[in-house]
Amino acid sequence: MNEKNANPIDQDRRQFLTASAAMAGVAIAPGVLLYNIAHGKPADQPVSNAVRWGMLIDTNQCREGCDACVKACGEENGFGHGTRETDSQWIRKVELKDMRSGQTKSLPVMCQHCAEPPCVDVCPTGASFKRADGIVLVDRHICIGCRYCMMACPYKARSFVHERITDQNPDVPRGIGCVESCTMCVHRVDRDQQPACVEACAKAGHGAIIFGNLNDPNSEIAKRIAQYATMELRADLKLNLGVRYQGF
Amino acid sequence: MHITYREVEGRSPRYWALLGLIGLFVLIGLGAAWYMEHHGHIVTGMTNQIVWGMPHVFAVFLIVAASGALNAASIASVFGKTAYKPLARLSGLVAVALLAGGLMVLMLDLGRPDRVVVAATYYNFKSVFAWNVFLYTGFFTFVALYLWTMMDSTVGAYGKYAGMAAFIWRLVLTTGTGSIFGFLVARESYSSALLAPMFIVLSFSYGMAVYLLVLIASYVWTGRPLGEALLNRLAKLLGWFIAGALYFVVVFHMTNLYFTKYHGFEKFILVEGGVYTQMFWIGQILLGSVVPMLILFNPKLRASRGLLVTACLLVVLGGLAQMYVTIIGGQAWPLDIFPGWEERSTFFDGVVHPYSPSLPEVLLGIGGVAVALAIVTIGVKVLRFLPESLSDADVDPHAAK
Ligand code: SF4
Repeated sequence: MNEKNANPIDQDRRQFLTASAAMAGVAIAPGVLLYNIAHGKPADQPVSNAVRWGMLIDTNQCREGCDACVKACGEENGFGHGTRETDSQWIRKVELKDMRSGQTKSLPVMCQHCAEPPCVDVCPTGASFKRADGIVLVDRHICIGCRYCMMACPYKARSFVHERITDQNPDVPRGIGCVESCTMCVHRVDRDQQPACVEACAKAGHGAIIFGNLNDPNSEIAKRIAQYATMELRADLKLNLGVRYQGF
Repeated sequence: MHITYREVEGRSPRYWALLGLIGLFVLIGLGAAWYMEHHGHIVTGMTNQIVWGMPHVFAVFLIVAASGALNAASIASVFGKTAYKPLARLSGLVAVALLAGGLMVLMLDLGRPDRVVVAATYYNFKSVFAWNVFLYTGFFTFVALYLWTMMDSTVGAYGKYAGMAAFIWRLVLTTGTGSIFGFLVARESYSSALLAPMFIVLSFSYGMAVYLLVLIASYVWTGRPLGEALLNRLAKLLGWFIAGALYFVVVFHMTNLYFTKYHGFEKFILVEGGVYTQMFWIGQILLGSVVPMLILFNPKLRASRGLLVTACLLVVLGGLAQMYVTIIGGQAWPLDIFPGWEERSTFFDGVVHPYSPSLPEVLLGIGGVAVALAIVTIGVKVLRFLPESLSDADVDPHAAK
């Protein structure tokens, strides 16, 4: 049910229940509760939808010509920096020019980790899937390489592996004939680290990408989104993206 | 009216030469698939921008044509036109053969063709592709049952129901094929509910053209009589199907022209798209629709076997051109991720994506056609698909008068 249309009594009741549950939780196991909000999950527990990982890209901080994030992504995930039409590119820098004002922008585009991902809808085998914490992934064991997800993605975020792969990064298995895309560095996130691009951007001194839990009102990302106007790419499709852009 | 069905003898050197030739193309197609599988899709013309290439053009054409090849059978059983009854068995055979050929191409073009088992065991029921897996198997099953009722008199009484089921299923099948594209909301070139009905009408014309070619070839090559009145009827019908398909094409582009956001794409296909624009106007519209219609709607012209065959071949070529424009032209047009902004990136944002099909891709596609032809050629030899005579007197006494 839509919040706005909710019956006020229902809403009261819900608020009351939420508040009591929260109080009970705080009273019984404060440590566990706080830990869950602050981090993804302890390594021995399954992913939960209490967390929704997201990224905020501040286009005012992002420098034209800088591709530290792109380089870091390739290194972290074990693909080169090739830019042939057949090469994998999980993240790319897009240079924009406003057709009316001539104003320019430069920003990274990667898998937007939609809450309603079209790739997951169309994938015949279920190889494209969304984790409970909002990260959209491809299961390389059941991907048959039909490329339907690539046809369906509004952001051109997916790449097909055209050639045999050598020297793989064991954290990020990749394979010929399968489709792949930005995983938000899920292997790092599950170890409580930041995605490689976020780290690289900070290191380069721009800090244009913020990573965090969109569901946690105290996270920096949530605060920034609450404070500033942000936008989603192709907002008309109403896919509720995990990646947002600020400053345009 | 009594019709005797008889297998073609299939012992003549000509038969074996034909089968050998078809077999050769099947082998070449398989070889091409093996080559692509062995080296990866890097040896094809596809890229990360154009992900469905030439094999899809052939596969989708064959699958759409499969549904249409069932026309004659449907007209006979569902609409009760007895004149078409003797045509029904071949119609079922051609339908099954085309679908098999198309699916072979589709499967062998997967990035991981070795995982077909996965495709058959893991289903995401929200995926139009997964529905299509059921639609294909259902089509095989219903058409096989239908053929059985036609060929075995002990179950002949169920023919009407089997025919009806096959008819409904073929409409659903083509709806499914059209929806593979129609459900792609992200792409300006595809997201239209019109695609499903349009594919149905296209299937009528593609399938009828292929069917007529097979019919004429098998009767002429085996020296069996084939009536003029019968051909005349089928030819006229094909003309109407082409007209119907053309109508949908016009409506499709007209609606797109109505929406400002589609103007760029429409201009690309209709005016500035180079090879796509040529394929559209010359391939799809002129050669694939207008010329065949001129032949088929003119009683004198369509009476000539040579011209009739030409018209059918043009419909097939026009159909392939149309699929090329739809499938590859649709992908060549860049996604508009930032409306109002000019885009530039290493991943080719904002530019028209080039594509040139590689030889192996084309050979794989032709291999699929060859598989379909092989099934028909062997089918008519081992089972009784073909009436001994389709002369007007034998088929429809009224038509002969
Ligand atoms: S290419 Fe793989 S992940 Fe993409 S839709 Fe096909 S099976 Fe699913």
